[in-house]
Amino acid sequence: MPGTTLTKPEASSSQQYPASNGANKKTKGVSYSKWGYFFIAPFFLAFAVFSLVPLISTFYNSFFENYWVGLTQVGPRFVGLQNYSTLFSDGDLAAYAGNTAIIWLMGFLPQIIFSLLLAVWFTDLRLHLRAAGFFKTVIYLPNLIMAAAFSMLFFTLFSDSGPVNSILLSMGMESPYRFLANVWSTRGLVALMNFLMWYGNTTILLMAAILGIDTALFEAAEIDGATAFESFRKITLPLIRPILVYVLITSLIGGIQMFDVPQILTNGNGNPNRTSLTLVMYLNKHLFSENVGMAGAVSVLLFVVSAVLSVIVYFSIREKKQPKGGAGK
Amino acid sequence: MKDNAARENLGVLRLRRGIAYLVLLFLTFLSLFAFYILFINATRSHPDIQKGFSFFPGASLGANFTNLMHNANLPVLSGLMNSLLVASLSAVFATYFSTMTAFGIHAYRFRLNQAAFSCILMVMMVPTQVTALGFVRLMASMGFKDSFIPLTVPAIASPVVFFFMIQYMKSSLPLEVIEAARIDGAGEFYAFNRIVLPMMKPAIAVQAIFTFVSSWNNYFLPALILDSKKKLTMPILIAQLRSADFMKFDMGQVYLLIALAIFPVVIVYLCLSKFIVRGVALGSVKG
Repeated sequence: MPGTTLTKPEASSSQQYPASNGANKKTKGVSYSKWGYFFIAPFFLAFAVFSLVPLISTFYNSFFENYWVGLTQVGPRFVGLQNYSTLFSDGDLAAYAGNTAIIWLMGFLPQIIFSLLLAVWFTDLRLHLRAAGFFKTVIYLPNLIMAAAFSMLFFTLFSDSGPVNSILLSMGMESPYRFLANVWSTRGLVALMNFLMWYGNTTILLMAAILGIDTALFEAAEIDGATAFESFRKITLPLIRPILVYVLITSLIGGIQMFDVPQILTNGNGNPNRTSLTLVMYLNKHLFSENVGMAGAVSVLLFVVSAVLSVIVYFSIREKKQPKGGAGK
Repeated sequence: MKDNAARENLGVLRLRRGIAYLVLLFLTFLSLFAFYILFINATRSHPDIQKGFSFFPGASLGANFTNLMHNANLPVLSGLMNSLLVASLSAVFATYFSTMTAFGIHAYRFRLNQAAFSCILMVMMVPTQVTALGFVRLMASMGFKDSFIPLTVPAIASPVVFFFMIQYMKSSLPLEVIEAARIDGAGEFYAFNRIVLPMMKPAIAVQAIFTFVSSWNNYFLPALILDSKKKLTMPILIAQLRSADFMKFDMGQVYLLIALAIFPVVIVYLCLSKFIVRGVALGSVKG
């Protein structure tokens, strides 16, 4: 089971579903099945109105020239793919996609490393860490914090006259370090916040995956004289690979959506010199200035990218969730 | 020989344990220090804060609070109430209707059953930002601009909550219960409301918290929908504070406003952390 890759989902889902359907058949009469439609109707109605129609309208709008110059509206006029060619030719998009990718990677690398470490430590019975409950509570806490408030807090903490600089000055630095005027310290702060907000979540997911591994494997490895690192590399890592893929892809999708933290930290400008401006901040700029055509084109692009990633997640969930849910109980 | 090996192993184990505690303490410090400074500075007055950092709380919490409540530029009280209203309604809509949908797919074998399930999983990961343009325009044309309806009613379709609910049902909702209710003459919706919902309470509680928190924290959509000062939610107030000329502000009030946005969630979390952390592992679709 754990060795299978994500490229062959059909086999497992076709095994899984007829089985559960067969069990259902025994327990219920035929005449009730139409009730299912009533139960799922509100969901699909709300989905159609609030997601599907807006999505179609977003696609539709991306083919029109429609923006404001001062108080005069230009368009709407059908221009075909012109918005897309503008989008790809003026270089902004590439720069902002690069910013997003860099900041995401700066946060994701420590996130996955620390999460793996913590997950292994928390699940290692021989290590027997005390106060594990306390640590788990603490590391998950930042995930629930309002990103806007967290970012505002970091802005005040790391401002030129903020507490961090006052601590640095009292430790003997001569002039305050201007965190938000330097490219890499600004990106670093955004990445740090993303890391703090997500490593606890990832740790818990990986822990659930590791706890699902048969402990006999670890015992056998120990008897054969394997060190902790060896059994991590040879047993844990291969067996939790599906969850690692899941974490990676969902984090990528989250990274593409990165908005609140850099938006508040840099007041929407992506300072310094737009080096921390992300894709959704770019979209947000177009939305606020009501450049409908360009906003549509950016949205469609983001949709396509996240849809491709979603398909990967879809298959990884369908294949892997069944055993995992059982392990989590 | 064997003794030596065991002793060596014990040494390695102690070393690993030491490193583990060091890393954990470091991460705990990293996670908490910002909130500690926030707490300290929310209790200090503006001149105090300007003087430099202190590790001990000040005595100006009350004064900061009074100043903040009477600050005409920042409608904090209505912001808190609006956030509370929007987040609570979202939590109710999301949990009730997603449980209903999950029950429909779990308990009835209608023809489009599998198609519906696949469809929901497909759209689960699509970010709300990509439909924002069409969404805002649609809401404007329906006359819902500057209203709470676009921020609450769409929660009826929450794929992530649905997925959690159906996972939970597979493990702990035997269909015989519904059978029994039918034999006793209960209608389908009666059985759902009176029998299934109470049995789903633990799952509903966990998801209600998650939906509440994510709605409470939501900034992107409310910023595009809400205009009038009376309707603003907490994240928008924070963003406004950020875009205002920062140095003119009373820093005590700034810190207190951030604290008011953060600490309600922290307190709820600390009370329920056991269930929440377990819920994350169980649902495991929180991207």
